Order: sequence, then structure tokens, then C-alpha cells
Amino acid sequence: MNNSLLVVLIASGVAYGTPLLFGALGELLAERSGVLNLGVEGMMLVGAVMGFWTVQRVHAGSAVALIAAVAVAALAGAATALVHAFLVITLRASQIVSGLAVTIFAGAAGLSSYLGNDLNLADVPASHTFHAFFPARMQNWPIVGPIVFGQTPLVYASWICVVAVVYYLARTRPGLNLRAVGEAPGAADAMGINVVAYRYVHTLIGGALAGVAGATFTLAITPQWVSGITGGAGWIAIALVIFAFWRPELCLVGAYFFGALQALAPELQARNISLGPTELWTNSIPYAATVIVLVIVSSRGGRRRLGAPAALGVPYVREE
Amino acid sequence: MRFTVERRLNQPRWLVVAVPIGSVVVGLAVSAVVLLATGHDPLSSYRQLFDAAFLSTGSLNQTLIAATPLAFTGLATAAAFRMRIFNIGAEGQLYMGAITGAAAGLYLGGRGGPSAFVIAAMVFMGCIGGAAWAAIPGVFRAFFGASEILTSLMLNYVAAQILTYLIFESQSYWRQTKGFNATVFPTGKPLPSSAIWLGPTVHVQGGITLPLGAGFAVLAAVVLWVLYRRMRFGFEVQVLGDSLGAARYAGVRVRRKVLAVMLISGGIAGLGGVSQDGDFRHALDGDPNGLQKQAYGYTGIVVAALARYNPFAVVVIAFLIGGLANAGNTLQGADFPSGLVGVIEGIILFCALGGELLVRHRVRFVPRTRTPAVAAPEAAP
Repeated sequence: MNNSLLVVLIASGVAYGTPLLFGALGELLAERSGVLNLGVEGMMLVGAVMGFWTVQRVHAGSAVALIAAVAVAALAGAATALVHAFLVITLRASQIVSGLAVTIFAGAAGLSSYLGNDLNLADVPASHTFHAFFPARMQNWPIVGPIVFGQTPLVYASWICVVAVVYYLARTRPGLNLRAVGEAPGAADAMGINVVAYRYVHTLIGGALAGVAGATFTLAITPQWVSGITGGAGWIAIALVIFAFWRPELCLVGAYFFGALQALAPELQARNISLGPTELWTNSIPYAATVIVLVIVSSRGGRRRLGAPAALGVPYVREE
Repeated sequence: MRFTVERRLNQPRWLVVAVPIGSVVVGLAVSAVVLLATGHDPLSSYRQLFDAAFLSTGSLNQTLIAATPLAFTGLATAAAFRMRIFNIGAEGQLYMGAITGAAAGLYLGGRGGPSAFVIAAMVFMGCIGGAAWAAIPGVFRAFFGASEILTSLMLNYVAAQILTYLIFESQSYWRQTKGFNATVFPTGKPLPSSAIWLGPTVHVQGGITLPLGAGFAVLAAVVLWVLYRRMRFGFEVQVLGDSLGAARYAGVRVRRKVLAVMLISGGIAGLGGVSQDGDFRHALDGDPNGLQKQAYGYTGIVVAALARYNPFAVVVIAFLIGGLANAGNTLQGADFPSGLVGVIEGIILFCALGGELLVRHRVRFVPRTRTPAVAAPEAAP
């Protein structure tokens, strides 16, 4: 039963979806504060390379090395996001161009590749990797075994993050303030909320989560460093935020759906099942679906119900 | 000292030139710090870069090859961004132009038409392909209000999948199906000789072929300038970009104009795609490690932003950034730090973006008024 197509797909959907989920949660926080960050791919790659570097250099027990690696990846992602935050929040630069600049600067032909080469990280296996957390006996339980108990600690950490973000946005004062900053920064400012601080903090947290997403690749999914290892996951994470109507709990569902789509083509091929040009449609669906969702969200009725943060992409300048 | 930032009423001309130049200087300086910090010699790295980009034998040829597509994607981006329509889909529109243009070249060239006719048809079809792909986000923006930033970005990936599919996953019209090589590695069907763009040769550095595409790019820059600076259309679109309300009040048909700008932008990007077929690759390149790895569309945004969306400046900047990209490709491996080119490009762009603040705003230093109660003058720096 655990080898049936559906179970395998969901289990690998959860595994492949985890970096998307981390990246999307971070992007969601930044966008909820009104900052569109198109640099997710670049921040992920910097997190990926720095996380991998840490795990190779820290001579300690597996758990310590891995936790340190995730922490360094988060810091590296946040540091990359700081450039974007400074440019778009303080200097009021175009968020689109700045985000793309971050990806070019840090991406597959930029800093991450430079660091990977300079620190001699290519073509070596990771000295510590994340393994399934629960004992093998539990992983063999029907259905829930591979899907729930066969995952790495990073997966469970991502679930905690989802719960935390849901609670933060819906039930806490800073979360409410954050939503105000993203919807109506002028009104938020008048209420005494520090718009600039909120935007900085959440863009940086977004960068940190993108860094962790990158580390998920180099420490769990494909534990090695290859230039451009994320393979466009950052862009899918951006799509996912829209696909999930800017809601963290829907990000979880969407991430596993998109993750399962990535696993579908090789899985079908292994089972000799032909469903037309599989790679074409499995790889296109995340983007095409996002375009459709965007159109629905933007139409008149949809905007109010499901809409994007109203101030998304707009720099805030206080009238003086 | 405290400083305030206030909006300039008019932008001084010299700043418009000084900011991009300053950005390049600062970009190179900051990258030098990165190089020093990691134990490389910045001067020798820069000398290597400059040699490989412009001086060594055959380098100008390669630089032109790298610069031509950037001129197209840069112009496509500038055409839209100037009007505050953020089409970041030049990447996908370029692929689509390459697909439709290659179809025209294969079909008409195979029937033995005169070369000039075949090339004209390819140019036309390339523009149509790019424009059609740009029409999707254009229509969504104009009629549904969906952000063209995100839709055009998403469609880049769909276009990339289609391109890969045509060569790798299907027996399409574009794919080479005959011969031994076709069974080993999937490639595009080679274009017939009448569909290959033969540019004039200049006798410098042992012969440089000027790509026909480069000529088309310069032509496109002139057309854009005339259209935006000398025609009613350009004026109306500019009003639209500055103030939607004012444009509506003046009777500008907003939806049509938005769509038209997207079509122009996509058409130019598509022309860049067909220039890839005709000038350089001589077949449709569907390899994910080929055309798609170059990310011409995204680098085009860098080019356009550095040129501050001026079409003539785009052509010049495309040549310089093309040189940088070419040098990065040539020097890859060896003892040259990989990834340096992206770092330099990124930092230059960061500086240009930051410098934009100086063009638009004045930074004024205001001495802090000292109250007599604070009597600690020696503590001041």
C-alpha cells in the first residue's frame, strides 16, 4: 500500500514542497508588509551555499552541526534581503528591479556560485544530512508512515512555522499591525505604527526563511552543493504566495501540491504510465495556475475577498 | 548632522549621466573588496575581464553575440517600463519569437524562396510570436486588472517549458529527426541556408561579423525614440504612465494603450528571439542549458534600468554588459573566480537603483541645532 502511486506522490510532495513552503511563508510575510521581493531565488541560493559550508566546517555532533547550518543559512538569507530592504524601503527604489537585481547578484551566476567555488564546496557529499526523524518501524505504518513519519525534522519545523505565522497574523497585536502596514501604510503610520521598522523586520524574516529553504536543498533533498541547485524553486515560492491567496495555511496545501507535481513526471515514467507530455504540463501547471488565480483575484469581486495586500509594491513616503 | 531628503523640482542633466557612471565605478570598487576578501587580485581579474571582453582576438565578435540579444530585451523592457508598465516577460517573449521565427525560416527557406524574403518573413513572425505571448499579460492587465509584473514573470516559465518540449519531448516540426546525431542528443532542425542571417564583415581583430540582428536592434531603438518622443501615441502613453486619472480625463483610451505598449515590448523581445535563430544558433535551441541558461530577458532589465529606459543608452549599455557577460563565459573555469560577473552586475545595479534617489531627490544636510542645555561640545565627532 505504501508503494501505491498516490502515497508515494504525497510523501514526495511533502518532501519537495518543504523548501517551497519555507520560501513562500517568508515571501508572504514580506508581501503582507507591502514589500514584493523577487529575490527569493537568490536568497535561497545564498542560504543553500552557506548552510552547506557550515555543515562541512563545523566539527561537532550531527545535531549541533545541522542546527548551526540552518541558523547560518537563515542569517545569510536575511543579510541578502537587507540589501533589498535598504534599497526599496529607505531609498524607495523600484521593488521589481531591486528584487531581480538581488537574484542576479546572488543567484546561479553570482555570489552563491562565487562562494561555492571559492570555498571548494562542489562535488563533495555533505558530512551531515537531515534524516527521517521517527524510527523505521513507524515509517512502515500504512499510509501515514511514509507521509507523516518518514520526513526530516525540517518538515516538522515548517509545520511549526505555518502554525506560528497563522497565529501571528490572526491573533497577535504585531500581526494585526503588520496587516495594517500592508493594506494602508498611511493609516498605520497615523496610528503610531512604525511602518519602516515593520517593513524591514518582515523583509528580513522573509529572507531568513528563504535561506532555510535553500538549506533544505543542500542538507536534506539533494545533500551536496551544485551551482543553481534550487532550480527555480524561488520563483515557484513567489507564485505559491499568490496561488494561496496570501494565506499561510493555504501555502501548506499549495506547496505540497506543487511538490507532488515535481515528483509526478519521474514517478510516472518509472511505472511506465504515459499521460501525454508529462514534463510539459507538470512543470507548467504551477505557473499557469498562478496566472489564472491572479486574474481571479484581481477581478472586482475577488479583490475584496481574497485580495493582495493593497499597498503591495508601493513605497511608503510620509508627507512632510 | 542630520539630513533630510526632499523631492527635486527639476532633475539636473549632469546627474542623469553621472549616476550610471558612478554606479559602475562603485560597483567595480565594491566587487574589488569582495575579491580582496577572498584572496584574489582584483586588478588582474579586471584586466582579464577587459581583455576577454574587448581586446583579445575574436573577443569583439563574441561580445557582439552576447550584446545583440541584450539590446533587444533591454529595448523591450525600456519600452514598457518607461510607461510604468512592468513587463518582465521579455525572457518568455524572446523564446516565443524564436519558435515562430524558426517556423517561418524552416518552412519558407525549405521552399527555396529568396533569402531577403525569407529573412523578412522570419522577422515578421518573430515579432508576432513575441507580441502574442505579451498579449496574454497585456489583456489580463487591461481588462481584468491583473498585475502584469507577476503574470508576465510566470509566463516566462511556461514559455521555457514549451521550448524544451518542442525539441526534447516531442517529434515536432522544429526538431531534427533524421541522422545519427538526432538519436544521440535531441537538437533543433538546422535552418536552410536562405534563412540564415549573413551580416557584413569588418576587418578588425581578424574579421568581425556584424550580426544583422544588431542592425535591427539599432533600428528598433530609433523607431522607439520616434514613437515615444515625436508622436502623439508616445505622449498619450507617457501621460498614462504618470497619471491614470489625467489620461482618462483627457480621453486616452487606457486599455488600448496598455495593450499596445505590451505588444510593442513583446514584439521587440520576439525579434531578439528570431535573431538568435537566424544570426547565431541557426536552429531552434530548446536545450535547457542553451538559450534558456543565458537569461537574456532578466539581464535585459538590468540593461534597461542602467540606461534609465532611454533607447539609445540601452544599445550602448547592452554592448558593455554584453562584453562583461562574454568575458565571464570565456574566462569560466581556469583560475578566474566564477560568479564574479553576476556579483559585479548586481552591485552596479544596486548602485544605479540607489543613485536614482539622488536624481529624483535632493539630500540636504541640516546642522543639528544645539540647545545650550547640552553642554558637551568635545563629544562631537
